[in-house]
Amino acid sequence: MVKEVERAGIPVVHICTVVPISLTVGANRIVPAIAIPHPLGDPKLDPKDEKALRRKLVEKALEALCTEVDGQTVFDK
Amino acid sequence: MAKYRVVHYINQFFAGIGGEEKAGHRPEVREKIVGPGLALNAGFKGEAEIVATVVCGDSYFNENLEEAKKEILGMVKKYNPDLFVAGPAFNAGRYGVACGTIADAVQSELGIPSISGMYIENPGADMFKSKTYIISTRDSAAGMRDAVAKLVPLALKLVKKEPIGSPEEEGYLERGIRKNYFAEQRGSERAVDMLINKLKGEEFTTEYPMPNFDRVEPNSAIKVLNEATIALVTSGGIVPKGNPDHIEASSASKYGKYDIEGIEDLTEDTFETAHGGYDPVYANKDADRVLPVDVLRDLEKEGKIGKLHRYYYATVGNGTSVANAKSYAAEFSKELKQDGVDAVILTST
Repeated sequence: MVKEVERAGIPVVHICTVVPISLTVGANRIVPAIAIPHPLGDPKLDPKDEKALRRKLVEKALEALCTEVDGQTVFDK
Repeated sequence: MAKYRVVHYINQFFAGIGGEEKAGHRPEVREKIVGPGLALNAGFKGEAEIVATVVCGDSYFNENLEEAKKEILGMVKKYNPDLFVAGPAFNAGRYGVACGTIADAVQSELGIPSISGMYIENPGADMFKSKTYIISTRDSAAGMRDAVAKLVPLALKLVKKEPIGSPEEEGYLERGIRKNYFAEQRGSERAVDMLINKLKGEEFTTEYPMPNFDRVEPNSAIKVLNEATIALVTSGGIVPKGNPDHIEASSASKYGKYDIEGIEDLTEDTFETAHGGYDPVYANKDADRVLPVDVLRDLEKEGKIGKLHRYYYATVGNGTSVANAKSYAAEFSKELKQDGVDAVILTST
């Protein structure tokens, strides 16, 4: 799906937990997530901290979308 | 003659521990034959024997790749096997990645011949077929018998260091290795035969298949984020409560398009996941954990992004065929483009 969105001419960022799969699939902008059943959350945290964590990941994804890339790039910093 | 010693790797599901709710299961060894090991061991007909089974949850392995690999290598090493068998994983994605990772590691780091089995569309197949032998299986465990029937002879050949035939002869996934052989007809004749078959519209097999690199170049970045329209897409199966389009829990035959205008936050009462390939507890409790609508609304209000697109698209990425996923996305991407969406955040579980 990532590749088809990209093919349609829309920049896309893939937020996913298993980065090697995303690389194999061919995503160009990749942001590693927290865990498979809750990629953008952590049920162990209290709701406020969990939302802050989610916000950080989304901000990183937006940053990835605002960054020119030359081939597959994992935004893990 | 002593029997060859085999260590077998399986996931929590095939070990009978549980389904997705147990996918976080940490690696453990059982000094016995478990689950699919029974069929495998019977197939060896006394030539080889499973001396231990390593069991690990699929999510644990994939979320802790390096650690899990190290732990399991240690377990395998202890039994000093002649052969390592992982799976078969059929079309289970995380299981396939686990099987490929560990088979490759056992082979390259311990020098023990390894083999696995997968459906050709399993992401683990593409990642590891050039590194280790992977028997081509059907897409579900219904193909266990057929998988074992192909896996056993090849496994025994590997242990005995016998010559391995071509992928077609042995039933493994093509590894991208070319082998020289003496052909009966010279190249020009074979080429002309192929050409004639092609002209007649008959079948012919190329001797030099081109690798399939389907890569798409990245699009340019967003220039002005606070004017951009961002859309959400997910393969994590987030749907309005009740799953109005009845998207299937696995092998999804459709995708959904859902209006989120005016929705500030996904709650337990309004949204859920239709996905059958991961533990749904966390997403059902708060679907923002998969589809971050709440945070994007905040960013919209703060003027950090232009706006969140009115619709999001979702399907269940669980055993869904690549061809289907591709056609769903090609279709909705056209809509996104027409609707003036500037960028997409796609989330996967």
